[in-house]
Amino acid sequence: MNWRTSIVVLGVVALMGFLVWGLVKKGESSLALGEPVPVATLQTLPEGGEGSLADYRGKWVLLNVWASWCGPCKAESPALDRFEKNNRDRITVLGIDTKDLSEDAMKFLHEFKIEYPQLRDASGDYTDAKLKTTGVPESFLVDPEGNLVAHFPGPFEDEAAIEDFAAPALKDRAAATGSQQPEDESE
Amino acid sequence: MTRFGILLLVVFALATPGLTQAASGSGQGADPQPRASLPEIEDEVMCPVCGTLLGLSHSPAAERERVFIRKLINQGKTKDEIEDALVAEYGGQVLAMPENRGIDVWAYAIPVIGLVLGLLGVAWAIIAWRRRRPDPADGPPAEAPSEDEADRVEKDMARFDL
Repeated sequence: MNWRTSIVVLGVVALMGFLVWGLVKKGESSLALGEPVPVATLQTLPEGGEGSLADYRGKWVLLNVWASWCGPCKAESPALDRFEKNNRDRITVLGIDTKDLSEDAMKFLHEFKIEYPQLRDASGDYTDAKLKTTGVPESFLVDPEGNLVAHFPGPFEDEAAIEDFAAPALKDRAAATGSQQPEDESE
Repeated sequence: MTRFGILLLVVFALATPGLTQAASGSGQGADPQPRASLPEIEDEVMCPVCGTLLGLSHSPAAERERVFIRKLINQGKTKDEIEDALVAEYGGQVLAMPENRGIDVWAYAIPVIGLVLGLLGVAWAIIAWRRRRPDPADGPPAEAPSEDEADRVEKDMARFDL
């Protein structure tokens, strides 16, 4: 095999490698249940601080990805807020506002009187690349070790649907005795 | 008039238009940049959720981005200021054109490197092809026609009055 043939063969092999890599990466369309949920430090909402899913290690977390321009997010918000108020001794609801204007996001929080903690992923890097969300809203149930227990793409119809989704946390007796605030807020 | 006087006059004549412009500019609050327009910005920024230019999208997120841009235009912000505000809200990916700093520089450098490599490749191929092409002067001389062939040529040429 002369050097020209070698270059062509190498080029074809590299091209095939890229295609296979692309297909494999595309196949990883969502987080695997039981695997650790990726964490990242994000801005808080309202702005002025930083936070991460990692701050809630040791607690059950319902991670809800939303945006103010998203109609289904508005539809599920009252039920999610009621669920959080009724179960805050067992599970923390953590909102992540994504690809949104901060002013619009704040109006949304005021409109629906949402009190649970919020992070802001302005670029969508965390939600798209790490949580592998395909849209909004999407919810993730994360156990106290930081592993994914359940994933629900789309809006919850009502509070009962959220309770079904979060059943592993609500049935966990240990969760009821744990602290419900992030470590930095409990001091 | 002395040479110094002439020099002073020339300097004054050259400086006067600039001074006049500067004075009128500061007096009227002239903006060095033209007023930003929505269509112009729409062609330079992305919709945050669609993966297309803002100008091509009418998703709810794109409409909110437009409202934000219109508000800043009405506040008299320049195009650069508006794009900076969009980056602050959505991150650097909101710009359709990559920034010319950091790793984004490669977005500009790679096509140039590719073009240079491509031109070098074409030049190399032409040189190699010309070297391989046989020179007609180096080939064997053409054989002279036989007597029969020469007769036939003569006859044909006579038949066609050539």
